[in-house]
Amino acid sequence: MIYRFGFALILTFLLSGFASTSLLADDVPEIRESGEVAAADEGLDSGNIAWMLTSSALVLMMTAPGLALFYGGLVRKKNILGVMMQCIFLMGLMTVVWALWGYSLAFGGTSPYVGNFDHLLLKGVIPDGQMAKSEWVKACIFCVFQGMFFIITPALICGAFAERMKFSTMCVFMVLWGTFVYCPIAHWVWADSGWLCEWNKQALYPAFDFAGGTVVHISSGASALICALLIGKRLGFGQEPMPPHNLTYTCIGAALLWVGWFGFNAGSALEANALAVNAFVATHFAAAAGVLAWSIAEWVALGRPSILGACSGAVAGLVCITPAAGAVNPIQGILLGLIAGFVCYIACTKVKNTFGYDDSLDAFGVHGVGGTVGALLVGIFATADVTGGRVGVIEGNAAQLVNQVVGIGAAAILAIVGSVILLKVLDATMGLRVSQEDEIRGLDLSQHSEEGYIFL
Amino acid sequence: MKKVEAIIRHYKLEEVKDALTEVGVTGMTVSEIRGFGRQKGHKEQYRGAEYAVDFLPKVKMEVVTSDEDLKSVIDTILQTARTGQIGDGKIFVTNLNEAIRIRTGETGADSL
Repeated sequence: MIYRFGFALILTFLLSGFASTSLLADDVPEIRESGEVAAADEGLDSGNIAWMLTSSALVLMMTAPGLALFYGGLVRKKNILGVMMQCIFLMGLMTVVWALWGYSLAFGGTSPYVGNFDHLLLKGVIPDGQMAKSEWVKACIFCVFQGMFFIITPALICGAFAERMKFSTMCVFMVLWGTFVYCPIAHWVWADSGWLCEWNKQALYPAFDFAGGTVVHISSGASALICALLIGKRLGFGQEPMPPHNLTYTCIGAALLWVGWFGFNAGSALEANALAVNAFVATHFAAAAGVLAWSIAEWVALGRPSILGACSGAVAGLVCITPAAGAVNPIQGILLGLIAGFVCYIACTKVKNTFGYDDSLDAFGVHGVGGTVGALLVGIFATADVTGGRVGVIEGNAAQLVNQVVGIGAAAILAIVGSVILLKVLDATMGLRVSQEDEIRGLDLSQHSEEGYIFL
Repeated sequence: MKKVEAIIRHYKLEEVKDALTEVGVTGMTVSEIRGFGRQKGHKEQYRGAEYAVDFLPKVKMEVVTSDEDLKSVIDTILQTARTGQIGDGKIFVTNLNEAIRIRTGETGADSL
């Protein structure tokens, strides 16, 4: 044994000696240097590229397995595959739509209101033999990162109509919703020429939305409420028990969402820079505070905190910090998370029970409400220490709150009107719901001819 | 021959099984079941939706025994499965017509 160890030691020594002499003498450093020079020439930064590719993957992970497990655990066991299929299929469907026309509609052109078709089939985004590498790489990274948002936003809506929507209709609805609701809102808020864009000097109402409080959460949350209202309650809602069938899935899903959200928010800095660091830490703190707020609310109201409450609180905190992660500091992030955890708790328990709508998995209660709270609070707390410029009410810019309200209102109105029109048309043509019999059998069997749990 | 069906608490299963094995029981069947008796169910709350859970999970143990051994089997179950709290379960005893070992075709007490 000792001999072998000694031999390994000598071998390591020899090898390392060999390696270092070759580094000193040979052409390895030259290659490295010329590589650096080439990268600098083309304006590429490997650190930024690495971070943005990682962030894009993290955001994808939020939809599945993150959201798929989070939502999947909350439904009854006959519908687990229905939920998972919605998530995984939307990964496929929305990605292709994004590549064909979605990205262009969201980010093409210079109109304040709508995108154009300049980037159809990702023209000007993918290598075409003419563009400089720096040009297409930058556009391509942005495109794929944003494409992940185009997947998770419609997937969030699925929580509202879980356990009863016809799969085929859902697919058509999501393509149309992505095209006519998501793309315009993304253009308003994030295209350089958008009328709500924070950094657009000509914007009518420049509103803070760092990572998608309005674009992702208010748009999906408002549409979710419309879906819940127009599609109607699940059979037996309010009469028979519909408890979550597997809260362990939900807990794993929530934890994956939390981790994925670092890509979502810190990635929205679009570079590996100081803003990304602030967003990362603020995001983490807000999620943590959300856990505490929801749990404490339950502890006080019901006598004990629940795992579902803790998970929901984390998501509420994350939703709330999303528009604000690039404008508030991490300590303010804790405050936002606390407020969101408490407000969303009220929305998901008291408000939903009072009005009696069946927002089955609380897509509106968490995302619509949490996104709105975050979009308002960032208008109050935004600080120049983080933004380096534009500030909120507390630092003397009262008008910012108006901008935020306009941003929230505009996104909500388009989401509501768009969803009502789409759902009415689809109801008349395809039908929104599965048959009663299919709903009783469950979506796994009726929509996909499979069962989630087969134990032999 | 008798069939003894004992509905007991989950955490008592091992203890009861070991005690029965000691008094000579050589086989048994257990299953996860749900039901209710005098023990009340409980309430569960999920994001504000409250559900009453009436059917409580228990374990059902089935033991087939000869008439002579019946008393010792029942006594053993009573001693080991009892906590004195509501919810300890019940024992049902029925007459059994026949028992057959599939491998050999032996019948009656020989098959147990």
